[in-house]
Amino acid sequence: MIARYALRVGALGYLAVLLALPVALVFFRTFSDGLDAVWTSITTPEALHAFWLTIVMVAIAVPANTVFGVVCALALVRRRFWGKSVLNLSIDLAFAVSPVVVGLSLILIYSRTGWIGGWLAEQGVRIIFAPAGMAIACVFVSLPFVVREVVPVLREIGTDQEQAASTLGASPWQTFWRITLPAIRWGVGYGVVLSTARVLGEFGAISVVSGKLSGRTETLTLRVEDRFQSFDLTGAYAASMVLALLALATLLVMNLLKRKEA
Amino acid sequence: MAIDVHGVTKRYGDFTAVDELSLTVPDGSLTALLGPSGSGKSTLLRMIAGLELPDAGRVVIHGEDRTLTPARARDVGFVFQHYAAFKHMTVRDNVAFGLSIRKRPKAEIRARVDELLELVHLGAFGDRYPSQLSGGQRQRMALARALAAQPKVLLLDEPFGALDARVRKELRAWLRRLHDEMHVTTIFVTHDQEEAMEVAEQIVLMDDGRIQQVGGPRDLYENPANRFVMTFIGPVNQLGDSYIRPHDIDILEDASDGATEAMVEHVVYLGFEVRVELSLGDGERAFVQLTRSELDELELERGQLVYVRPRRSTVFSG
Repeated sequence: MIARYALRVGALGYLAVLLALPVALVFFRTFSDGLDAVWTSITTPEALHAFWLTIVMVAIAVPANTVFGVVCALALVRRRFWGKSVLNLSIDLAFAVSPVVVGLSLILIYSRTGWIGGWLAEQGVRIIFAPAGMAIACVFVSLPFVVREVVPVLREIGTDQEQAASTLGASPWQTFWRITLPAIRWGVGYGVVLSTARVLGEFGAISVVSGKLSGRTETLTLRVEDRFQSFDLTGAYAASMVLALLALATLLVMNLLKRKEA
Repeated sequence: MAIDVHGVTKRYGDFTAVDELSLTVPDGSLTALLGPSGSGKSTLLRMIAGLELPDAGRVVIHGEDRTLTPARARDVGFVFQHYAAFKHMTVRDNVAFGLSIRKRPKAEIRARVDELLELVHLGAFGDRYPSQLSGGQRQRMALARALAAQPKVLLLDEPFGALDARVRKELRAWLRRLHDEMHVTTIFVTHDQEEAMEVAEQIVLMDDGRIQQVGGPRDLYENPANRFVMTFIGPVNQLGDSYIRPHDIDILEDASDGATEAMVEHVVYLGFEVRVELSLGDGERAFVQLTRSELDELELERGQLVYVRPRRSTVFSG
């Protein structure tokens, strides 16, 4: 009995000290200069731009990785093909490699002096120090989440239901939409939430490829750092709060969908 | 003929699951594919359904070569051992699946699903989800689902294998009645010889990817083609080279022509039937099935010396 309570107190205390307390302090500190200061700080053109750019990054990277993740998971679990283990390994690479290194590697490829950056520049396409490069970085760092969430679910449901659908006359496409996708929807859902959170919080790779141009290539995380470095603590805390609220909203949407299901 | 299988072979790496097998299944019949695990019976069934492609040979259904036709275009109903229920759909939507894929009118689907749910005694369960059903109910749902689009052939892969003994017995009798009503050509796979004997009109006994014998239940029991059939179907004693059914042995109290001395080791009461276990002179063992009244006449006891004489025995050459 005592051991059980001790375990609970320990776990909750750990979370409180490491997670809840700092986040709560951010909210608390944000409003210490009053509501007006916060409102002014998050409605400057630069702040609004950072907010929208962050949303755009999520809107590009998450759908791209959801489609890629589901297709990739299906291939990994259901098919045998040459290079499967290489594919498997490269997906984990996105986890293993530090985001800063990802950013640097993108510079090696896409900057004016990089592999294909020079040619792209001649075509008038700009990747580095532009939103395009930031989107590529976001796709890279959030790549594994959907795959890694969906693969175990696909393994668990097996192929019986899909085979049953095919004997009942369903084409592969119909089987995917009516049987496979509904069966893996929670895996996909968690993958989407994790990817969204990852893209919202992305800093390392983006800070390398974006050039941190305020009002042009600055996302919310970069803005937090920028405000902090400029001794604008209210601005830094306000931007942090917006980020935290976006993350909470993601979790809330997921929970609402789940409740609706049950 | 409903189904003709010609010289079909299926290999998995070095293992030959089905070996140049040919089989004919008459229209409207109820056939069991019987055999030990690894005998290739499920693989054969899945090749008929189009869930596996044979490496060689042809599968002909109702006169049309279907060897390369995908499962979805074969008009075959398939029931899986572990139900393969669509977990995110209600019972009603599960049963309606084949019809809604075929884009039948809503009213027609509703009427047909109602009719099928009645047929499988799930009329009151239409709005439940598979997780809220028992194993037997799930398998009946799967059967209704397979029958919904009126397949030409119904295939069942160990349909009762995952159910407990009582439910299994119920569903066997029920499948038999259902077949009598619907007359759809049915093949089911089982490793349980009692199940095959009880349900099927025709039994296809398989071992090592080949057919050992095809025939009615009585045929297989009384005229086994080889040693494997004799030992797989029903209990058997082996004495030297000859095989004897346990009810084909007489127990005598006195020595007589052709009788061997034996000692009673155990008398096991199984209700109406009694099993007497004997040890014979040269270390061989045998068991004899008697009725209660036969035993009462003999008054057998453990350790008693008796004489046994086979009434009928079979010797296989080679």
